[in-house]
Amino acid sequence: MYEGIVQELIDEFGRLPGIGPKSAQRIAFHILQTESHDTTRLAELLTIVREKVRFCEICGNVTEHETCSICRDPRRSQATICVVEEAKDVVAIERTREFRGLYHVLGGAISPIDGVGPDDLRIRQLMQRLADGTVTEVIIATDPNLEGEATATYLSRLLHQPGLTVSRLASGLPVGGDLEYADEVTLGRAFEGRRLVEN
Amino acid sequence: MPLYRDEVVVLRTHKLGEADRIVTMLSRQHGKIRAVAKGVRRTASKFGARLEPFMVADAQFYEGRTLDVITQAVSVGAYGPAITSDYGAYTAASAMVETADKLTEDEGSLQQYLLLVGALRSLSRREHGPGLTLDSYLLRSLAIAGWSPSFHDCAMTGAPGPHSAFVVQLGGVVSDEVAPPGAPRLDAATLSLLGALLSGDWSVAEAADERTRSQASGIVAAYAQFHLERRLRSLEHVDRSSPSGAREEQTT
Repeated sequence: MYEGIVQELIDEFGRLPGIGPKSAQRIAFHILQTESHDTTRLAELLTIVREKVRFCEICGNVTEHETCSICRDPRRSQATICVVEEAKDVVAIERTREFRGLYHVLGGAISPIDGVGPDDLRIRQLMQRLADGTVTEVIIATDPNLEGEATATYLSRLLHQPGLTVSRLASGLPVGGDLEYADEVTLGRAFEGRRLVEN
Repeated sequence: MPLYRDEVVVLRTHKLGEADRIVTMLSRQHGKIRAVAKGVRRTASKFGARLEPFMVADAQFYEGRTLDVITQAVSVGAYGPAITSDYGAYTAASAMVETADKLTEDEGSLQQYLLLVGALRSLSRREHGPGLTLDSYLLRSLAIAGWSPSFHDCAMTGAPGPHSAFVVQLGGVVSDEVAPPGAPRLDAATLSLLGALLSGDWSVAEAADERTRSQASGIVAAYAQFHLERRLRSLEHVDRSSPSGAREEQTT
């Protein structure tokens, strides 16, 4: 235990996700040994982020304005919405440069054991976006884990309506891996989602 | 004994660090185990899919200072994908694993392990409706833990039934002589369904109508949460609106 403010700083870092007591102590001492203008910049940024960054009123992505840059972009297709769990998933998909539609961030996945049900996610807002018929395709891109799959099942049941195509991201073998090391669930999905090879 | 091996059913997982998970499991021989699965959140993980909730696996562990580390895992029952493809089954299975987690807080048992694996297998095969399977699991797991309810004879005096006054705190139905004033009364159909769920008489259970099932599930939830001395968060989210299961569909 350190005295006073140093211990308080270690405790605060220790409350961040993925930071244990040892890591918290290491970060705190790094800050103590850093040039003062660096730490001032960090403190200013933390304050500004809390003040300026909010969630897009349309899709739920992080933004500094009322709506995010993707929702404001007129070049993007208004007919397709990709549904993701978190804002960081938007960045991951944008890196592929394969998708030119809009996004909808749910804010998590359905997990009854953690007390998270459909009403705790931005599903009602998604249904409102689909109400005017502009959107003709919804791509469900929730995580390929248990909660993500269950959320996709719930959404596909809810989105079953005429004139709307609902698809789920394919899952299967990772690029660069060996077939013999694939687990049976992943390999089974790869078989389910196999596609025809054009001659 | 730095290395050990056991058959486990995964109850829940928590994220740890960049790509690891803490996996809580109920094992066949070692009771409840909390262990670290390294790198399983990476898409290239060799056994991430085998350590998702509801999966049964043969796993090898390395004893750590605070938490053990999972070194290998092979699937024994991959029930997760089939369960998550039915939302009602998913919510029911979530309530089951949460109950198992709470019931085995101090020590696990082979009976609890086998009951949970059997219930998850039944859900994945759509043998019965998810709601009925969940209620039956809750009653039987409580019975194994020593809180077997009585649905016929008086839970207090043992006076032969049938009795209709049901008091959660007293352990089931009680005779009129000992029933506290204002004790809720259950009709014969509900008591019959509850008894069938406890004994596993599925022909009787599946013949029950929706109103009776709804009343029975309310009683089971109250009974389970009273004896566990805490609220089961998953129970609030159990979806009973779309009963599934091959046999159930035949009856509707």
